[in-house]
Amino acid sequence: MGDWWTPPMMPDPGLGIREFSSVSHIDESPSRHRSPPATRASETNSKHSYSVLTAFCTEENIPQCVAYVNQEAAALGLCGVCVEARGAGPSLGAASALNLLYELLQLQRRGQRTLHDLETQQLKNNSDLEHLQHNNSRLKDQLEHTRRENSGLHEGERQLQLKIRTLQRYLKSEKEEVQKLQSIIASRATQYNHDAKRKERESAKLKERLNQLLVDKRDKRLAIEVANCVGRADGKRSLWKTSKMEARHEGEMYKALLSDYEGRHQVLLQENAELKKLLQLMKKDMVSMLSPRKTTRAHMPAEDSLEQAGSEPDDELCEGSRDPLEQMCEQAREQLANSIRLQWRRLKSHMQRLDSQVSLAASREQEEVISRREHEEAITHMKMELQQCTEFIQTQQQLLQQQLSLPCDEETAALLNDGYLLEEKERLKEEWSLFHEQKKNFEMERKNFTEAAIRLGHERKAFEEDRALWLKTQFLNMAPFVGHRRHATSESRRALTIGAQSGAKVPSSPALSCTSASHTGLSTPTSDPMTLPSTAELYRTLQLIPDSRSQGRCASNSFQSGATMTKSQLRDSCTDCSIFSVVRDGNSAS
Amino acid sequence: MNFSEVFKQSNQLCKVSPDGKYLATCVQYRLVVRDVNTLQILQLYTCLDQVASMEWSSDSLFILCAMYKRGLVQVWSLEQPDWHCKIDEGSIGLVSSRWSPDGRHILNTTEFHLRVTVWSLCNKSVSYIKYPKACQKGMDFSADGRYMALAERRDCKDYISVFVCDDWHLLRHFETDTQDLAGVEWSPNGCVLAAWDSCLEYKMLLYSLDGRLLSTYSAYEWSLGIKSVAWSPSSQFLAIGSYDEKVRILNHITWKKLTEFEHHPTITNSKAVVFKEVEKRPVIPTEDLSIQQIAMESSLFDIQSKYEIPPLPVQVPVVKPDPDRANPKIGISAIAFSVDNRYLATKNGGFQVQSLFWHCSGDSVVLLGKDQLCLCYMATDEEK
Repeated sequence: MGDWWTPPMMPDPGLGIREFSSVSHIDESPSRHRSPPATRASETNSKHSYSVLTAFCTEENIPQCVAYVNQEAAALGLCGVCVEARGAGPSLGAASALNLLYELLQLQRRGQRTLHDLETQQLKNNSDLEHLQHNNSRLKDQLEHTRRENSGLHEGERQLQLKIRTLQRYLKSEKEEVQKLQSIIASRATQYNHDAKRKERESAKLKERLNQLLVDKRDKRLAIEVANCVGRADGKRSLWKTSKMEARHEGEMYKALLSDYEGRHQVLLQENAELKKLLQLMKKDMVSMLSPRKTTRAHMPAEDSLEQAGSEPDDELCEGSRDPLEQMCEQAREQLANSIRLQWRRLKSHMQRLDSQVSLAASREQEEVISRREHEEAITHMKMELQQCTEFIQTQQQLLQQQLSLPCDEETAALLNDGYLLEEKERLKEEWSLFHEQKKNFEMERKNFTEAAIRLGHERKAFEEDRALWLKTQFLNMAPFVGHRRHATSESRRALTIGAQSGAKVPSSPALSCTSASHTGLSTPTSDPMTLPSTAELYRTLQLIPDSRSQGRCASNSFQSGATMTKSQLRDSCTDCSIFSVVRDGNSAS
Repeated sequence: MNFSEVFKQSNQLCKVSPDGKYLATCVQYRLVVRDVNTLQILQLYTCLDQVASMEWSSDSLFILCAMYKRGLVQVWSLEQPDWHCKIDEGSIGLVSSRWSPDGRHILNTTEFHLRVTVWSLCNKSVSYIKYPKACQKGMDFSADGRYMALAERRDCKDYISVFVCDDWHLLRHFETDTQDLAGVEWSPNGCVLAAWDSCLEYKMLLYSLDGRLLSTYSAYEWSLGIKSVAWSPSSQFLAIGSYDEKVRILNHITWKKLTEFEHHPTITNSKAVVFKEVEKRPVIPTEDLSIQQIAMESSLFDIQSKYEIPPLPVQVPVVKPDPDRANPKIGISAIAFSVDNRYLATKNGGFQVQSLFWHCSGDSVVLLGKDQLCLCYMATDEEK
């Protein structure tokens, strides 16, 4: 019955179920299916004290309560109660109720017991837990302790290992040394043995020889046989051995030694002088390096003293350098060395000061000294300037190169110009050629023209001849009219002159006037019949140019005559001029 | 290179005269003198026995032929072929014979180094020098020929005697602080005498001409010490080659070590140029020039060979010597300064180079091996 019995939970205080648990300490969880009247009842009775019975069950809701109790009992696996109807109202069956009660009590007791058991159990468990925890911590400490011990032991072991290794190495080296020594001993021993054997052999030979000599007793005298004495190598005669000679030998020996020493001495002196010079130079350099700082170090009295101390050996040394003997002096050397050391120390201190200054670069009081930052800035600035200058130079170079190459362009420009000029020249040439062509054409035309004119002249001449012939014939035909003849001749003369004039003047009337004109025209140049007539004369003959002689008179006549020139007039004029033409022809013909 | 025809010689006795005009060779008991240019035989001399040693006099007028077995020395004249001279040491025997620098005295070292006999050709006189030491280089003449230093040993102590070569007057006689004096050498300027101990102890003593001890130098103890010594031509440096394969240079002012050179079998110096002779056989000689050390290994080569330059680092093939033998073939056995003081040639190890000489112009080195001759030219770079 108890396995599915769950321990009761604390009820929700909002519903006030605690009121029911004052007697048994068992709180029933509020179930949803509780009848509303019970809740209502509980709610209404929540203000009262913990009288359960009155709150849960009243006279009115006994059956409900019973039902509920039965329900709960059934849920718990207990028998239910029954309701008996009695006089005052429904009441519970005492036996069943008591049974239920009893069973509930049993349940409760059992529950108590289990609770008790559990509590004891829990106590035990707690104590066990404590005990275990205690043990755990103890063991942990122990473990920690053992671990530390372990590491310590490891450490010790490692050190011992190292020691072992070093000892082994040492042992190895010792062994090697021992071996080496043994080998040395061995080699020495062999050498000794070898030498000893050699000596022994030699002594044996000696003994043998001695024996031989003693036995032989044949004293072979040592002797030299020379055919003739040879002169000394240097040609001088040999000298007797005297003490003077010995002294001389000694002297020579010492001389040789001395000369060698002196040579070496000179070399060393030279080297020494060079080194000294070098040191002095170094000193000077150092002094010069440090001297610009000296002026700014007015507030450093210690340095001044050092300066003074330093200047003294300088002076002394200056004196010393003049006198070479003093250079050899130990004092002078020491002084030089000391001064160098001094300068070096000063240089070092200066460098240290500079370093400290660099570290205190922010302070204003060191304006006279260029701080490192400023120095760097100056350097960067200078570098930039340098870069700029180089760039500038480069650009300049480029421009210069361009400039140098420009003449080439100018040349090309010149060439181009020349090209243009050439173009113009060629155009000019073309024009000239055109002009020449035109000239030639013109000349040709003129020639043609002159030829035509000549031809015309010839034709006119021919015409004139024909006319003259015709006039002659006419004249001959008109022979009976003699009186007229003179008149006619005068007329013809007049007509001739007129005709001539008119012929000279009328360029349009082609043959007749031309012939007359040509006659007149021809008359003038017939002195030379081979030459062509000039252009002006040609024009004059062709009446293109007005004749100056007959310009005034015949201007009016020319047109009139030209316009009204008829054959008859021509006949008349021809008769007149036939004589002339005959004469002229005769002239012209001749 | 052009080679003449092969001439016979015995005992490697073939020497050019100091003036460079004649070539003298010994064939058994004959001495043949040829003209250097034409190689025509000019003189032919016959000695009494097989010639063991032959030497030109300094003025190229006389030739000395020594026959050790018979204790005889014969001197021949070039100018007068009829002239003869015979020196008989008698029963005392002969171990070595040499000219004096003036070319008129002969110094004979008798057997067992009992004494040095000085024979004069000018006046037939004899001088004796007692107790000479039998060591690597017991006798040395100064460069100008005026003094002679002789190592002596009396009563288990080493001494050095300095003689004037003019009349063999004893100038100085002093004891040296050595265990076993191995050699003496004059500096080229004649003012300093270097004396060194045997290889069992590294000790170099420097004496001035008048016998004062100038300085002592010892690089290390116990290991085998000095093997070879060379002065620089200017007398400024003294090169000491030792058995530890290092060359140490001392300076003449303080007589302290100036520098030391190692002879590592692997050449890693970037300035070194290694010339490797490549030929059909796998044994290869190498040379490196243009730094101040030369290690050379000679080899057997065929007619065809050429040099190639291998890239660094180069491992020089080294034959490990037998350490149990006395006088092992390790260490610097030959040192030679060039004439202009610029270069130092050294031979380390057991390479079969018998002699190492610089040309007087200072730009080439001749290396003489057992079977080969090597001529190395150094091309000097112009300082830029």
